[in-house]
Amino acid sequence: MALLPPKEGWFQKKVAKDEKIWMALAFVVSVFLFFWMIIWHVYAKQNPSFVTYRTTPEEFYQLTQAFIEKYKVGEENGIPVVKPPPGSDVFLLARQFRWEPVLVLKKGEEYRFHISSLDVLHGFSLQPVNMNFMVYPKYDYVLTFRPTSAGEFYIVCNEFCGIGHHMMIGKIIVEE
Amino acid sequence: MAVATHGGEHFFRTCDVTGFKVDTRAEKIAKVNAVMAVVSFLIAVIAALLLVLTRWQMIHLLPVDWYYRVLTLHGLDALVFWIIFFELAALVFASTAFLNTRMSSPFVGWVGTVLAIVGFLLVNYMILTGNADVLMTSYAPLKAHPGFYLGMILFAVGALLIVSTFFANLMIWRRENPGQSLPLFVYGLMAAAIIAVITIVSGAIIYIPTFLWSLGIIKDIDPAVYKLVWWGLGHPSQQINVSAHVAVWYLLAFLTVGGQSINEKISRFAFILYIVAINVASAHHLLVDPAVSPVWKVWNTSYVMYLAVFASMIHAFAVPSAIEVAQRKRGYTKGLFEWLKRAPWGNPAFSGLMLSMIIFGFIGGITGVVNGMEQTNIIAHNTLSVPGHFKGAVVGGTTLAFMSVTYYLIPLLFRKKIAFYGLAKYVPWIFGIGVAILAVSFYILGAFGIPRRHWDITFSGGPFTFTYNPVTDFFWALFAIGGVLAVIGALLWIIQVVVSVFFGQPFRGPQDLQIPIAEPVEMDEEHKGFAAPGTFVLVLIFIVAFVIFVALNYGWLSVMWEVR
Repeated sequence: MALLPPKEGWFQKKVAKDEKIWMALAFVVSVFLFFWMIIWHVYAKQNPSFVTYRTTPEEFYQLTQAFIEKYKVGEENGIPVVKPPPGSDVFLLARQFRWEPVLVLKKGEEYRFHISSLDVLHGFSLQPVNMNFMVYPKYDYVLTFRPTSAGEFYIVCNEFCGIGHHMMIGKIIVEE
Repeated sequence: MAVATHGGEHFFRTCDVTGFKVDTRAEKIAKVNAVMAVVSFLIAVIAALLLVLTRWQMIHLLPVDWYYRVLTLHGLDALVFWIIFFELAALVFASTAFLNTRMSSPFVGWVGTVLAIVGFLLVNYMILTGNADVLMTSYAPLKAHPGFYLGMILFAVGALLIVSTFFANLMIWRRENPGQSLPLFVYGLMAAAIIAVITIVSGAIIYIPTFLWSLGIIKDIDPAVYKLVWWGLGHPSQQINVSAHVAVWYLLAFLTVGGQSINEKISRFAFILYIVAINVASAHHLLVDPAVSPVWKVWNTSYVMYLAVFASMIHAFAVPSAIEVAQRKRGYTKGLFEWLKRAPWGNPAFSGLMLSMIIFGFIGGITGVVNGMEQTNIIAHNTLSVPGHFKGAVVGGTTLAFMSVTYYLIPLLFRKKIAFYGLAKYVPWIFGIGVAILAVSFYILGAFGIPRRHWDITFSGGPFTFTYNPVTDFFWALFAIGGVLAVIGALLWIIQVVVSVFFGQPFRGPQDLQIPIAEPVEMDEEHKGFAAPGTFVLVLIFIVAFVIFVALNYGWLSVMWEVR
């Protein structure tokens, strides 16, 4: 009884058959879900990275500038366009309120993304494939991507970063 | 310290409906906290309407600065102030009236209440004056005015003081009633109170240094540490709600149909699992973040191998089976579901209870697990799927449960008749269906990648533009309909509560009781075969839906770009 102390002997009362079966089933599903995440880590191809380096905004800014200078192929709306070779390290810088550079990648090739912020937290939301990661200042998050589709993709900022948050959109072009 | 079992009678009144001894000093504290809860809720609901009409870009009502300001306001008033004030009222009232015992320290209770109110006022003032456009989470290095953090600290300290009187009240009850067990409702609230202490301490650990940082005393706040510890407050504080609203479910099952947990040992065990496992949920917000390892993520995000999800599934059987067994005892034994068909659906507390359970389980619960699994979080993080989940959990689950139980609190705590009682039976439906539509459209919009906390998804002023799948237009319209319905339901409820409490007719005794209280049903000592076959079928439907939804999301994830 929810409002009064339970009756004498409540602790010894046997559990009903249906409640017992349900609890067993619920427990099995719970444990299965737990191991499923581990199984997915071992066998599947979409897992959040756990490679992180410490950095500083200054250092990361310089790394990105060097990367842009090395592989720059043009400019779009004032943002440098960069075409790194497959398999290379790619630097993507987030700051209030833009992403740079624009990246040109090749479908099916692997790229080692380094993503960090110059100021506050940002969100890396790749559209129209829907993949979302967090971007921090002072932490270089390393995500190894292999684009499996070609076309134009956009990086929407999906962590509130200030008044111009809605203007923060970047671009990735994936060539066949 | 002597325990006043005698001589303090003038502190008490005896409730003429339930026969409980009510400490009138505790009652006043509970009333003030309940009123503050409704005030917070009103602010949150008005803000919600403005936000719905802004995000639906057909109207796009608020300008950009006010959108984020109102969003901050909505988040804190809905997720922190409304719910915690309500829980404080419940803790004070339940630990005295329902235990027939006295308030340990009315003084500490009042100090806590005043601090919490000052904190509430300061935070709201700071937000509305544009000094804290940092959203609810105020992720450092975004910085607000020091007054904002100070307000949060004052509120937390006030809440902690009241929670401490709850534990002191339990100690008095223990001395007066050696060898007795707590009623299940109070036991559930105790679990909530324990989680509240853990939560509030996390809050203090992060808000105090952040406050000093905003004053310039501390030079630097690490953004990863901030986010980790802040969510030690942010998510577990929602688990206070789960614990509290499950306790309210048991209470409502008892009040509306006289139902009792068919096995209290099991129900209590599930509350203990909450205490053990549920407070590690900070991880839910760090799954796609740098700095923490996958081992840490998997262990913590799963609430220690999904023990808390397991606990919720235990309650998912225990509460409906309490209703079913009581109804069967009344003679509604035909088939699997006569007990459900012939239930008191006209009683707003009953329909509210059922809707709260369904929305919490099927929408809040299932989406919560999917969003919170390490890999599927990639396709859900910071999209509208996240508010979709917690609209189901906290609005459809907790808020609706609290709204429903309020129909009993108006006569029994405030001693007023319920104004416009004829309206009450529609309120849970309008609100519940509105929230369900809102939450589902949120979730679907999120699945299309649409970000949460975003003023303009046409990216006006940005260097590029991107158009989301045009199918989303339909779900945006649905989202607006659901949002407006939910707001109407909430406002009707607020009007009823305010008119009853401040302008209502006095409640003079059992003859004035508008909302029925069911006779308790005698329980069997032993079970023969299945105790609740109807409930068993319902939970099987639930688990099938659950597994299918997880599988669909993993299937969808598997066609994304590869990432490691």
